[in-house]
Amino acid sequence: MSEMETKIICITCPVGCSLVVTHEDQKVIKVEGNQCRKGIEYAQNELRDPRRMVTTTVKVKGGLHPLVPVYTSAPIPKPLIFELIKKLRGVELEAPVKVGQAILKDFLGTGVDVLAARDLPQVGQKTSETGSG
Amino acid sequence: MKKYDVIIIGAGIIGCMIARFLSRYKLDILLIEKEADVCMGATAANTAIIHAGYDPVPGSLKAEMNVKGNKMWDTLAGELNIPFERRGDYVVAIGEEELPKLEELMKQGIQNGVPGLVLLSGDEVRRREPNINPKVSGALWASTGGIADPFAAAVAAAENAVMNGVTIMFETVFQDFIMDGNKIVGIKTNRGDFASRWVINAAGLYSDEVMHKAGVRPEFRITPRKGEYYVFDRAEITINNVLFPVPTPVTKGILVTTTIHGNTIIGPNAKDIQDKEDRSVTREGLEEVWNGALKLVPKLELKHVIAVFAGLRAGGNAPSPNPNIKYNHDYVIEIPSDVKGFVNLGGIESPGLVSSPAIATRVIELLKDAGEKLEEKKDWDPIRPARPRFRDLSKEEQRILVQNDPRYGRIVCRCESVTEGEIVAEIHAPVPAKTYDAIKRRTWLGTGRCQGGFDTPRVVEILARELGVPPTQITKKGPGSEFLKRRTKDVA
Amino acid sequence: MSLDRVKPIYDVVVIGSGPGGLGAAIAAKKNGADDVLIIERDNELGGILVQCIHNGFGVEIFKEDLPGPLYAHRFIQEANSLGVEVLSDTMVLDITPLRKITAVGKRAGFVELEARAIVLAMGCRERTRAQIRIPGTRPAGIYTAGTAQRFVNVEGYMPGNRFVILGSGDIGMIMARRLTLEGAKVERVLEIMPFLTGLTRNYVQCLLDYNIPLELRHTVSRILGNYRVEAVEAVEVDENWNPIPGTEEIIPCDTLLLSVGLIPENELSRKAGVILDPNTGGPVVDESMQTSVSGIFAAGNVVHVYDLVDWVTEAGFIAGKSAAKYAVEMKKGISRQVKLVAGANVRYIVPQYLDSESLAESDQRIQLRVVRPIEEKVWVEVTDGEHLITRKLERYVRPGEIVTIKIPKKAYDEVQKADKLVVRVTRS
Repeated sequence: MSEMETKIICITCPVGCSLVVTHEDQKVIKVEGNQCRKGIEYAQNELRDPRRMVTTTVKVKGGLHPLVPVYTSAPIPKPLIFELIKKLRGVELEAPVKVGQAILKDFLGTGVDVLAARDLPQVGQKTSETGSG
Repeated sequence: MKKYDVIIIGAGIIGCMIARFLSRYKLDILLIEKEADVCMGATAANTAIIHAGYDPVPGSLKAEMNVKGNKMWDTLAGELNIPFERRGDYVVAIGEEELPKLEELMKQGIQNGVPGLVLLSGDEVRRREPNINPKVSGALWASTGGIADPFAAAVAAAENAVMNGVTIMFETVFQDFIMDGNKIVGIKTNRGDFASRWVINAAGLYSDEVMHKAGVRPEFRITPRKGEYYVFDRAEITINNVLFPVPTPVTKGILVTTTIHGNTIIGPNAKDIQDKEDRSVTREGLEEVWNGALKLVPKLELKHVIAVFAGLRAGGNAPSPNPNIKYNHDYVIEIPSDVKGFVNLGGIESPGLVSSPAIATRVIELLKDAGEKLEEKKDWDPIRPARPRFRDLSKEEQRILVQNDPRYGRIVCRCESVTEGEIVAEIHAPVPAKTYDAIKRRTWLGTGRCQGGFDTPRVVEILARELGVPPTQITKKGPGSEFLKRRTKDVA
Repeated sequence: MSLDRVKPIYDVVVIGSGPGGLGAAIAAKKNGADDVLIIERDNELGGILVQCIHNGFGVEIFKEDLPGPLYAHRFIQEANSLGVEVLSDTMVLDITPLRKITAVGKRAGFVELEARAIVLAMGCRERTRAQIRIPGTRPAGIYTAGTAQRFVNVEGYMPGNRFVILGSGDIGMIMARRLTLEGAKVERVLEIMPFLTGLTRNYVQCLLDYNIPLELRHTVSRILGNYRVEAVEAVEVDENWNPIPGTEEIIPCDTLLLSVGLIPENELSRKAGVILDPNTGGPVVDESMQTSVSGIFAAGNVVHVYDLVDWVTEAGFIAGKSAAKYAVEMKKGISRQVKLVAGANVRYIVPQYLDSESLAESDQRIQLRVVRPIEEKVWVEVTDGEHLITRKLERYVRPGEIVTIKIPKKAYDEVQKADKLVVRVTRS
């Protein structure tokens, strides 16, 4: 197996460094173009096991809105994204929903939980999110 | 089969105005419209001007209707609460070479019986309209010219008609006449057959097709003439009044004018097309309008444009009924001799808005001449009450309105300050607004800088709630124009 | 909040509860303002963050990658615990230069109150189809990306099944991913510029990850369909953005999303008599975020359109602190100000003025956008027109990304003497 150069863009932060990764198959030999150490870690992961944070919504009964935003507690393997989305589509919560409430635990043994990204009060109920109004 | 005395085909400004004027008499009247709301055809997009009457060829029916109609507008706007201002208008000559045209127009206006025409010097025009092209050499000033809201006019007329017993059916498409020999006795529609002693053709762009079904004027053709427009941000007022260029034989030219709501608008160009539904805006057309308007007001800036749109004029090819003049684009307003029970209108292009009350009056005269005994209702109410418009009220009036109905305290359209209370009132009005565009035209919501970006989700929600249907059934302008496809999580 | 609890006068009134408004209210409270009120037109706090369910927020402030609603939640909690008062579901109708406020709401009714200092934090609105004058029909199925985002993420409805997105701004790319995840097909993202206008990371994780094609130097030349969008015509453009004949392509779709830019929302600022900068579209401000009307401050996208929410929050902190200080001292007049001038390859700078005395206290951060992208090392330089005052090396600059540079405390003397500060961005 010979050395290869792959160009990838680091998405760890909004700077979006253009990385030139020299690697042998999945083994990283050299990373250039990164502004911080996170770039090296990102390049390694991206070649071996690319992962993404996933944010979406799940249905809520009786809430201020019919959906509540949710997010993964850590990035999940890219190939599992659509599976997660499909699974969450079938979930329906009852209002109220609390921020940080676990919607799904240890998704497919990845150790990643899916958490609510906000408080969602019942219709008519007032919480901090809606102000004291 | 339900039997009426009069069926009117088409709820544009002409159909609505006829319905309103006829509602005074003891008649059972049905007004049908193929679209989901009133004024979806030629009335939907035009320059919104109450013309003084110096433009039409002297002796034509158009000239007569224009001047007569103009005189009726003060009473009409007062009774129906239509936003209308008689601000006067200018025909502007740029450069010395255009000056002689002004005198010609003035002579023509006097011949047509237009009062209050004055020739102004270039200096005087510059003083009155500081943003005008400095090369202005003079202007014809017509004090009886004005501006009005055509949607409000059609809606108000239709509502007043309904208040006085007229039935309106939307999404009802005329298919054919039911004849008994040479007499029309009813019509066929997609919603069934309706019998009637009289049928009035007010089908606008489709008036030729309707009259042909009755075998009348087979040579008559409507050629849609497209006109494109720009609308400017209200905060960037460039002009206070109606400015016409000197006209050409085909068109009154590209104007710079102001709407009754305070937006400067420019347009229209004039392009004959084939498709009666083609209201698309074109790159070339926009360029033509822009250049035309710059000739009058060089200071216009593209960055202040908030909307562009196109409208269709229902131009006909009927010779004037006056044998003394040669003119082939006149109005048709007649009861044909060879078909009974038919009032035929066609080619009602600009100045149709200003002419509409005069045309309605002419239709009544024709019916009387045909022996129709029009008996007045004792309880006919000519007044269409206005509904509150939050943004036009004083602070004190706003406070009282909100106190009495908190829904007037929720602003749904922030650019134009339109409240939930106003929207709900329009949904439950005598002619209910059931689509987004219907609410937009009645309240002016969504016409500001953000063009509906903020209000659309809220209006969809209010419409769904008030009409008792799911949001996926709410449309922009009738079936086929639904806003939403499905619930986010309902994946097929 | 019931009507009888609205006080007739507040130290600081903040208009809007997005990241800028929340930041301002919190900072005002922390810096000595007693009564702080947020007026929010929606029925909940958070502004646009309510619908921005994607992550990418908080990297600067919390050193964490948070979804928008969670980022908002933290500040909402903090505002609440500090005792910031809230009037939600209420729209401000008018502000006078003497800081009298008229507002109206379904529950609050008609409200009139006074503020010792005001922070404008109304955010921005989206550029529309008319502003870029796309020819064609006017059917249903044309949405700004933000309106579609509201429908999909908050109201729970999909505005279409097959999309074309015009503009490679961040919201457009984020919506491309969002719609794809919810089962829609995004046929194409078109960008009239020869470069991406949003962040590169969004190109990777929103478009590349989902094989959504992006075409640069392309625009929509026509919309087809009378009642609902049936297709759009895409076309390649030349360097003057004019369509190149013969490159037209009809793309069948039922929805066109527009992500063609944001404009600061300053209708209220105008009413208050605040002077606007034609380049930013927002108020002219000094380093304390004070506008041309004394006692009226501004923060966030109402001043200029930011690329990162964290910066909006920070701007809110500055404005809120300044407003509190103003309210407490009822400070009058304006001290010596130096104008910041856009030099080579700089489109605009915020703040537009710098109070030279502010450097006696701390370094002052200024932000700018460039005119053209430079994909190599560049110097960002601040001069007095002749002499260099400070400079910073950047690895690249792009119009879509804001460049920040600090004017250090030690430049106090030079700035004192300068009658202007020229900022330029040039290849190193």
